[in-house]
Amino acid sequence: MKPAFLDSKDFWGGAMLIVTGVVAVVMARNYTFGTALRMGPGYFPSVLGGLLILFGLYLVVAGLRSGEKIEGSWSLRALIILPLSLVLFGVLIDRAGFVPALLVLIFGSAAGGTEFKPIEVLLFSVFLTALCVALFVWALGLPYPLLADFR
Amino acid sequence: MDLFGNLIFGFQVAFSLQNLLYCLIGVTVGTLIGVLPGIGPLGTIAMLLPITYSVSPVAALIMLAGIYYGAQYGGSTTAILVNLPGETSAVVTCIDGYQMARQGRAGPALAIAAIGSFFAGTVGTLLIALFGPPLAEIALKFGSPEYFSLMLMGLVAAAVLAQGDMMKSLAMVAMGLLLGIVGTDVNTGVQRYSFGITELTDGIGFIVVAVGVFAIGEIVSNLGETEKRIVFTSRVTNLFPSKEDLKQSIGPILRGTGIGSFFGVLPGTGPAIASFASYMIEKKLAADPSRFGKGAIEGVAGPESANNADAQCKFIPMLTLGLPASGVMALMLGALQIQGIQPGPEVMSQRPELFWGLVASMWIGNLMLVVLNLPMIGLWVKLLQVPYRLLFPAIMAFSAIGVYSVNNSSFEIYMTAIFGVLGFVWMRLGFPLAPMLLGFVLGPLMEENLRRAMLMSGGDPSVFVRRPISLVFIAATVLILVVMVVPTVRKRRADIAD
Repeated sequence: MKPAFLDSKDFWGGAMLIVTGVVAVVMARNYTFGTALRMGPGYFPSVLGGLLILFGLYLVVAGLRSGEKIEGSWSLRALIILPLSLVLFGVLIDRAGFVPALLVLIFGSAAGGTEFKPIEVLLFSVFLTALCVALFVWALGLPYPLLADFR
Repeated sequence: MDLFGNLIFGFQVAFSLQNLLYCLIGVTVGTLIGVLPGIGPLGTIAMLLPITYSVSPVAALIMLAGIYYGAQYGGSTTAILVNLPGETSAVVTCIDGYQMARQGRAGPALAIAAIGSFFAGTVGTLLIALFGPPLAEIALKFGSPEYFSLMLMGLVAAAVLAQGDMMKSLAMVAMGLLLGIVGTDVNTGVQRYSFGITELTDGIGFIVVAVGVFAIGEIVSNLGETEKRIVFTSRVTNLFPSKEDLKQSIGPILRGTGIGSFFGVLPGTGPAIASFASYMIEKKLAADPSRFGKGAIEGVAGPESANNADAQCKFIPMLTLGLPASGVMALMLGALQIQGIQPGPEVMSQRPELFWGLVASMWIGNLMLVVLNLPMIGLWVKLLQVPYRLLFPAIMAFSAIGVYSVNNSSFEIYMTAIFGVLGFVWMRLGFPLAPMLLGFVLGPLMEENLRRAMLMSGGDPSVFVRRPISLVFIAATVLILVVMVVPTVRKRRADIAD
């Protein structure tokens, strides 16, 4: 049996805060700390990082003692596929143009859902892409090439 | 004070064709997302922020505000008709509204909700007009110490009064402040937390954070849950409430408006708290409390008025002090900053058209909502049948185009993806997101004012308690924290959150 704190919200939340705080404080050591009179660029971030560490310690302790469990179902598939389709959109819009980037984004994100009907999604992607082209490129005049010039 | 003249000036601004059009677009989109579950005003406003680039600041603000209060309206429609709160603020409306609908009284329930909201909206608008100018007047005298203390109070209050774990809210404020200072330090030119990435020297974009956390993160979170099927149980027939209905509703509407206005100016309390408080009070005051939960019209009239009054009054601290009291207000503040306007008390004197135009438009918008909602109720209900599996790819597409259009930068798209994941993780671990956004918006301002205050005082931190106005803010901050540590209050707060 694994220890109870391993699925405690507070424990992991606290750990996240401590890591963030430590990174913030360590990085802030490269910036001048200054004095209370003349605060350097390192002053405010160091204080904030310290605060995060304190909050984190409190939560870790709370999580070790009892704490709420991380509950509910969640979709690992969505967590991976949705950000990935956004990244693909970013890559494609600079290199391939507005239309391919959008098609990939819409089709890709739909694939991240729980219900995935390929034909419906394909039709919907085409429809939505056309709508976005009409709205953003033609009506609002955003200056993006629909298809990149590959020649 | 020339309140009347100012209001007329405001209506002149709001009645221009362009502004009327943006108001209409705003309330329509607002109603739409209010009706649709799974997307709220935060995500929508974040998603549409980039579009407001190309319009005038007044029109932008009018539209965004319309989305915000329009969503409260739309949320109650679905609460009454299908027992599904489109927005969290409508959770309370479900209790009696849906029961009324099942008894064949959906029409009167919707009508009373609309009348109550309209009345509350009107009062809210008047309150902004009345209290805005004097508050701004006072705020004009603020120096750096006062601003720092005020922001500290606002952030702490917002974190403490918000639903959820208080420690986590406060931690998220600090997290937001930290994210807010990424980029070039204005005083020294030092790069902070930019990891040598050129794109980060200007800081993390506001839109990137807002869209990532509220639109993308929300979708990832929603996809984990199974889609709820919509079941219609009632048809809307006779829309008009009877004389009896109206008589029973007057008291709750008045009280609800009062309660909502009070909670509205407090930072951190969402409309959900106001409507809940109103429901409890109506139940206590009722001659026969057992009727509640079985279709009491007071249980619709009070909370609906309260949440709309709350929504309107949230604008007071934002417009007069430049202090956002909720996540949506932080987005409004961001929208102003994008337009090159530094929110604060100067806005009212330097850009009067912005303040009075917005105030007037909110009244017009509320009127539009009544007209838009009641006769077209069938259409909105039909929209409920749009399945989420088609909705969320559309949100993804609009978000991506929106973020990209700001700087034509793929880097910002990648950052949005990162914040989407972060938003999801924070949500799962029980960290509230709105306090983070408040901190993010206020981070640079707070640091700047702290530094200036310390320079002013020669490095003596007692400056914050030696100046009377600043002392009041600091004392209030301490008081809020102390009160919250008292175990009974903490328990009460946890009860209410359930």
